Amino acid sequence: MDPSTELLTEQEAAVYDRQIRVWGVDAQRKLSKARVLVVGMSGVVAETCKNIVLAGIGSLTLVDDSPVTDEASAANFLVQFDDSEGQGITLAEVCAASLRDYNPMVQVKAEAGSIQSKPDSFFGNFDAIILGRSSVSLKKHVNELCRKQTHRIAFYTVDVRGTCGSLFVDLRTHSYTSKRAKDDKDVQLELSYPSFEESLGVRWSSMPKRTSKLLFALRCLEDFEETEGRQPGHVSSQDLPALLAFWKKACEAQTVAESLVPEALLQKLLRAGSTELPPVCAILGGIVGQELIKAMSCKGEPLSNYFFFDAGDGKGIIEKVAPNT
Amino acid sequence: MSRSEELNQQMDINGIEKEKVLMVGAGGIGCELLKTLVLTGFQHIHLIDMDTIEVSNLNRQFLFRKSHVGQSKAKVAREAVLKFRPGVEIVAHHANVKNQEFDIDFFKQFSVVLNGLDNLEARRHVNRMCLAAGVPLVESGTTGYLGQVTVHIKGQTECYECQPKPAPKSYPVCTITSTPSKLIHCIVWAKELALAKLFGDKGQVSDLDVRPTSNEDGAVSNDPDEAQFFEVRSGENSKAYAERVFDRIFGQNIVTALQNEDTWKARRRPDPLFLEKVLTEDDVVTTNGVCSSEGTISASASLGLKNPQETWSVKDNARVFLESVQLFLDKRSKDVGKLVFDKDDQLAVEFVTAAANLRAHSFGIPMQSLFEAKGMAGNIIHAIATTNAIIAGLIVLEALKILSNKTKECRMTYCVEHPSGKMLLMPVEMAEPNPRCYVCSETPLVLELNTATATMREVLEKVVKRKLGVTDPVIMQGSNLLHESGEDIEEDMVAYYTALLDKKFVDYPTPITTGVVLTVEDYHQDFRCSLHVKHRETFDEEKEPEGMVITGDLASLNNTDASAQPSTAAPSKIQNGHAEEEEDDDVVMVEPVPKAATAGTKRKLEEEDTQPTEKRLRVTESVPIEV
Ligand SMILES: [Zn+2]
Repeated sequence: MDPSTELLTEQEAAVYDRQIRVWGVDAQRKLSKARVLVVGMSGVVAETCKNIVLAGIGSLTLVDDSPVTDEASAANFLVQFDDSEGQGITLAEVCAASLRDYNPMVQVKAEAGSIQSKPDSFFGNFDAIILGRSSVSLKKHVNELCRKQTHRIAFYTVDVRGTCGSLFVDLRTHSYTSKRAKDDKDVQLELSYPSFEESLGVRWSSMPKRTSKLLFALRCLEDFEETEGRQPGHVSSQDLPALLAFWKKACEAQTVAESLVPEALLQKLLRAGSTELPPVCAILGGIVGQELIKAMSCKGEPLSNYFFFDAGDGKGIIEKVAPNT
Repeated sequence: MSRSEELNQQMDINGIEKEKVLMVGAGGIGCELLKTLVLTGFQHIHLIDMDTIEVSNLNRQFLFRKSHVGQSKAKVAREAVLKFRPGVEIVAHHANVKNQEFDIDFFKQFSVVLNGLDNLEARRHVNRMCLAAGVPLVESGTTGYLGQVTVHIKGQTECYECQPKPAPKSYPVCTITSTPSKLIHCIVWAKELALAKLFGDKGQVSDLDVRPTSNEDGAVSNDPDEAQFFEVRSGENSKAYAERVFDRIFGQNIVTALQNEDTWKARRRPDPLFLEKVLTEDDVVTTNGVCSSEGTISASASLGLKNPQETWSVKDNARVFLESVQLFLDKRSKDVGKLVFDKDDQLAVEFVTAAANLRAHSFGIPMQSLFEAKGMAGNIIHAIATTNAIIAGLIVLEALKILSNKTKECRMTYCVEHPSGKMLLMPVEMAEPNPRCYVCSETPLVLELNTATATMREVLEKVVKRKLGVTDPVIMQGSNLLHESGEDIEEDMVAYYTALLDKKFVDYPTPITTGVVLTVEDYHQDFRCSLHVKHRETFDEEKEPEGMVITGDLASLNNTDASAQPSTAAPSKIQNGHAEEEEDDDVVMVEPVPKAATAGTKRKLEEEDTQPTEKRLRVTESVPIEV
């Protein structure tokens, strides 16, 4: 059937009525065809999944083999109380059950196995991939695989550390319609994104002075974790001296002053360790959900290419980090 | 260290598990807020919501399922949250927050009140209760991608009512009855006049005629022949009735209106629509009378018009009009005579769409689809889950600051669609209390009206309830009681008040005229203000359709400018539905982002040119209270 004449079912029209008034029927139809892969069921990822399942994406595949522990459910409301008693059930399976219940019109499935064990061809089955907390090398690896596919796969990686949240987006080349401010007319626009690796290559000294301090602090912390062989988030206040030494070296390599990031911010991130403050998960999960909906429906200007939020000052800031071409 | 202790340390808060919070509203923001509160570690939550669950809630109110439709939002939300946090104490009240049970002592038990409300009236009420009880309030609102969170602490920040708030849009009667220029005018006509005249309570619409008026002042004639015309005649079948009504309201009434040449001097003349010209014999298809799949009676279903996004042709609008009238008479006869428009009533929405489109066509106004017309008629709010989730997160962050005594760090935060200086979430410092606010300070108000014609009933309706947001008013002139409301009033007083209700102000025992000060009180809200009465003869029908104006400028009392022109009865106005009915379950009161959002910037209620105007229909109209 020609997609432009395809009607929504009566049930879709009734349930999605209020959001169709925001983004239109055409966007809703495109959204209902999107196949999304999610890796790592943290609190912020649970929030994101809730948002995109309610919005009515086509299908959602969850990858997370970890067991259902108290820690895993700390900021994850998809885990219901009696779920934790089940033997051998994975976090992905438990979350999938809740999400199916939220919206029976969306296909939700739990995929067994780790993301590292998946063949390259596996990634070709999706239109968007959301990576939860992961190491720098895993982010690079998955982003590269996305970029190798013939069709565009939208890539997101999101993490919350205590009161701070961050998001990276790579939409490769993205065409979308957007309302022009001056006359409210729909215009067709295009945006190009750098890869994750390309964005990492941008020298700090070349970035504007007012760039979010979280960008540098989080990069330093993630590099520190990788160098030290830690799992992401497995840090504590005791690591402060080592992290400060690491920071000093990074600043020398990037030819920036150490004062670029206050010590207190690094300390705050270390103290957060692997915890996520739930209101910050809600905020970041809302932003990721909204960005994915924009990208899949090709409607509205998506953010490019980093987003940072710190509950300390309450600012939600977009940073564009791309090599000069 | 437990997880929540760790979080508490990060936010520098101790013992949030002991704090008791009140949530008002369990809708779009409420569901998100309740979830985020319990995940954050709150253990004692009271939740008030009078609404029940609807299908159109399910795309964002994630605590509800299809099987819950019709049940209490507060109660279902409570049960859903207990499934992932069983130990938490949540008290669900399926009730109106304005009920007497929620008095000042009730409010005093909470450390903070969090609003996720859907209407101005309830917001103002909660604002007053919080001021009276001395409890901090976190207020919120979303529409589409836009949202905002504000903090209100008595004596420290501005209260919710320190700045004028948008009021529901209303239209002058003559625009609706005689000279529509936008589709919304035709929709209001179809909904408030045509639908009401044909199927509503006849007693309720006596002063507003479907027929365009020929009177200059907008008053409407009460032709007895007119009233009888809309009765079904003996032996008349529903088809004949529908056709007779069609020719009258779209044909003959327009012909009559055209006779008043003055009206059309500077306007496009409307074209009368008669059935024989709109539909030829071949066009009148026989319908199957089939209901839609959900068992709802529907004219578009029986005519095979499947796509609600498509704008019907004039012929199809005529068919839908005829079919919907017939279906009301034949299949929904028990509703006829007492029908009130409801956006979830499919047949009523079809009738309104078709009638509005036919009238629009007549007046050269572009027609719209059922989907769009339904949105306009029902004042449906554009609502998505993501904005609600973000706003709920921001509410909890503000609540945490209040509870850790860091109120100086509280911010008003805007969630915007297009980044403003790289910012998607934009914190702004809260303004100080407005010393001239009639709610949180003791500023006198001036009430201008025509004391020769004005009555207590009008003042109560148009000013005290609608503008001042008072629920149970007590009106006094000096120490004399002029009006009270409530249940425990003695019978002889009730009779006394009733007698005063429709008496002209000049005819009062002590005449109410320029210089008289009326006191308005609401014991429940612990609200009190003074109204300084000032007589004025004339009012601008377009700008002051109520025939009375309230301002906060005391200086104008000395400035008598009685106009020479005597006026007839104050023109009435037509609202697009009533404030409470027209609201959906989310929240509309999004204030425009300040052009230059800096600390202490006063927010102005001006339209942002980047926003599509139709979305802001109910958002940009400011209440004419200039404090
Ligand atoms: Zn105030």
